[in-house]
Amino acid sequence: MDATGPLSSDGLVQLLDHQGNAVGDDVYSPYAAHLTPDDLRAFWRDMTVLRSWDLEATSLQRQGELGLWVQSLGQEAAQIGSGHALREPDFVFPSYREHGVAMTRDVDLVEILRIFRGLQHGAWNPQDHGFHLYSLVIGTHALHATGYAMAMDRDGLVASGHPERDGATVCYFGDGATSQGDVSEAMVFASVHQAPVVFFVQNNQFAISEPATRQSRVPIADRGKGFGIPSVRVDGNDVIACHAVTQWALQHARSGNGPVLIEAFTYRMGAHTTSDDPTRYRSKAQETYWAERDPIARLDAHLTQRGELSDEFRALVTAEAKALGQRTRESVRGWERPATTTMFDHVYALPHATVDADRAWFERYERSFADVEAAG
Amino acid sequence: MPTFQQFRMPDAGEGLTEADIVTWLVAPGDTVEVNQPIVEIETAKSLVELPCPFDGVVKELLAREGDTVEVGEPILEVDVDPDGEAPAESSAPSGADAAAEATDAPVQAAPASAPVADAGPLSDAGGDSDAGGESGAVLVGYGVKAGSAERRPRREEAIEPVGGEQDLDEYPVLAKPPVRKLARDLGVDLTTVTPSGPGGLVTREDVEQHVKAYSAQTLATYPSDDQPWLETGTPQGDGRTTRVPVKSVRKRTAEAMVQSAFTAPHVTEFHTVDVTETMNLVAKLKQDKDFADVRVTPLLIVAKALLLAVRRHPEVNASWDDATQEIVYKHYVNLGIAASTPRGLVVPNIKDAHRLPLHALAVELQHLTAEARAGTVSPAQMSDGTITITNVGALGIDTGTPILNPGEAAILAFGAVRQMPWVHEGEIQPRWVTQLALSFDHRLVDGELGARVLYDVGRVMNDPAQGLVWA
Repeated sequence: MDATGPLSSDGLVQLLDHQGNAVGDDVYSPYAAHLTPDDLRAFWRDMTVLRSWDLEATSLQRQGELGLWVQSLGQEAAQIGSGHALREPDFVFPSYREHGVAMTRDVDLVEILRIFRGLQHGAWNPQDHGFHLYSLVIGTHALHATGYAMAMDRDGLVASGHPERDGATVCYFGDGATSQGDVSEAMVFASVHQAPVVFFVQNNQFAISEPATRQSRVPIADRGKGFGIPSVRVDGNDVIACHAVTQWALQHARSGNGPVLIEAFTYRMGAHTTSDDPTRYRSKAQETYWAERDPIARLDAHLTQRGELSDEFRALVTAEAKALGQRTRESVRGWERPATTTMFDHVYALPHATVDADRAWFERYERSFADVEAAG
Repeated sequence: MPTFQQFRMPDAGEGLTEADIVTWLVAPGDTVEVNQPIVEIETAKSLVELPCPFDGVVKELLAREGDTVEVGEPILEVDVDPDGEAPAESSAPSGADAAAEATDAPVQAAPASAPVADAGPLSDAGGDSDAGGESGAVLVGYGVKAGSAERRPRREEAIEPVGGEQDLDEYPVLAKPPVRKLARDLGVDLTTVTPSGPGGLVTREDVEQHVKAYSAQTLATYPSDDQPWLETGTPQGDGRTTRVPVKSVRKRTAEAMVQSAFTAPHVTEFHTVDVTETMNLVAKLKQDKDFADVRVTPLLIVAKALLLAVRRHPEVNASWDDATQEIVYKHYVNLGIAASTPRGLVVPNIKDAHRLPLHALAVELQHLTAEARAGTVSPAQMSDGTITITNVGALGIDTGTPILNPGEAAILAFGAVRQMPWVHEGEIQPRWVTQLALSFDHRLVDGELGARVLYDVGRVMNDPAQGLVWA
């Protein structure tokens, strides 16, 4: 593989090699030292269930049940590893592929599909989960995450003297978003205000079809230097390293030391979305190379080597994944089309005369169709 | 009793309207399960495997390999309850009806082998928010096929628009942004285009058709006209205008005039002169055998008069160098003559005209005029002019306010010479009279200098003998 520029392996933090052997790291190993076999099995379980569910959602799109699906395939380690480093006071600003992070924030995965069936813009209350709605516009939420972090700082939720109460925001975006002005602006604000925000870049190597080599001449993490933001590159397919690095970054941010940029170097094993055909712009050899670095297989090998992944546990997780698939399928097929007027519901937080007039007109318009019962 | 379910062609991309069946991966009689790949299709975007939404036994393939199938058409029928004893209306995957309501597929085709029309993917989309019931999801570059949707029937009574001010039917033309841009680029007024799209939507094809129809048309003429006014240019959609790209001489003239008019502050002075003696001189020279080889015109005398005036006031033969903030005085006169040619206005100049005796000046003037008419003036002949004459009188015009040739400080307009009642030696007599106008760059030529130059030209024109005194 191309080993230069943004695809180089320079400085990648790794705690598991791709055969699943443990690797020591002077700086980051301590941040993974607390992980028990149970924790690692939980990571494995999350990643496995997530992937199975992701494939179910892909099938549902192919069956016409979803308008679009955005797979997280291949990025499970980056999402599950970092997500499990979060605590209750933290607040996540995801883009649209962070299903694994949603899972760690106790968002019901099935509910996410309401967005992709075109029923709702977001199906959970962000405040209940510390997990904002998906941002479909690339990079805009970096500003939201920074603003929220600055507010947390001013509300005394950072470096409060009670570490367990301290929080930070984590903003997830991709390599393509780092080329957006919004992301640069967010980093300027985050840096000069020393805001408690962790910018977590999943460098999956493609902005749809545009390779990372067309986004940057240097590793994405190097961009932090220009803003005065400490940065770290981590093997994004190593769930333990992703977890450790995020632990460190969150402690750094929550303690009032300012922002951190994490680049998780990973690979989007699937298409950009179900509307995309990656065979048109990347090689089979590249896909094979990365299939050998599959994040789940790596943790699987690690646990298996140590005899910590029993057949019973595997069967349990397989059954759980299957049940989730079934529930997903049935839920999605059963969802009723919401009343069209719900689109007026969340335009403003408070009643608004113009919106009320629009809604009233629209209701009359809908009633003007002959196929609507007069009583309606 | 078996229960049959049909799988309809889904929209595997965003806003796709059809797909080709490439390879069937199952055959009638095969047992299938949920999410098992059943068929490979090719869409406008990619090759895609479709997973089966049902458990059951394949009853029938409803499309052949190679077929192009519209989104929403059934492609596969599966018996989802092959061993069942329940009557036909039992439904397999729960919520299938709701799904049929909300999206395109899958739908229950109960009872078995009933016509499928009632489950049309778009026509029965009850809650569709789109006014016409057209499929909504369309991604850039992928339009929904026109006519792929049926309109929802409306009740008789109209509804009041918001605020009661506009009527829905009087809304501006409906067209998508790329179509609007196309129309703008082509200079098409969308209100004049006949729409063919659903709900009165103007489509790209409509605009192209409109342009084709109107481009083929020649300029509109009125019953009394045999010919359009102008044959040049491309007739526009309304048949009443033509457009010609600006290039070549027209373009250079425009640039030079804009540059000159908006950098040099122009002042123009006028002077009316009795030029009867000049006309007498011209008549005499026409008889002179030394001048038999050239055409003698009043322009020759004006040129000579201007050269004499420049000699007396060389400061007018100069230019302004804005970059260095210097005035450049020219110690030679390259006398420009503005000439109308088939290619447009050009200003060739007579090099070192100040050194030429009258006959040589006449010869040069004649050459230059001939070359200009033939369109063979070289760039060298047009460069480095120092002062210019424009002979507006040749067109019967009294005078004008000429714009400076860029890089020069003065330009003289020579008006028509006509017989006028004029007070001469105390009596009103018919005399040959002309008007002279001198425009100059007020950055370096003040009104007094301009006036002196103009007055001196006038003096020579009035009495060519003055030339002897100054020569």
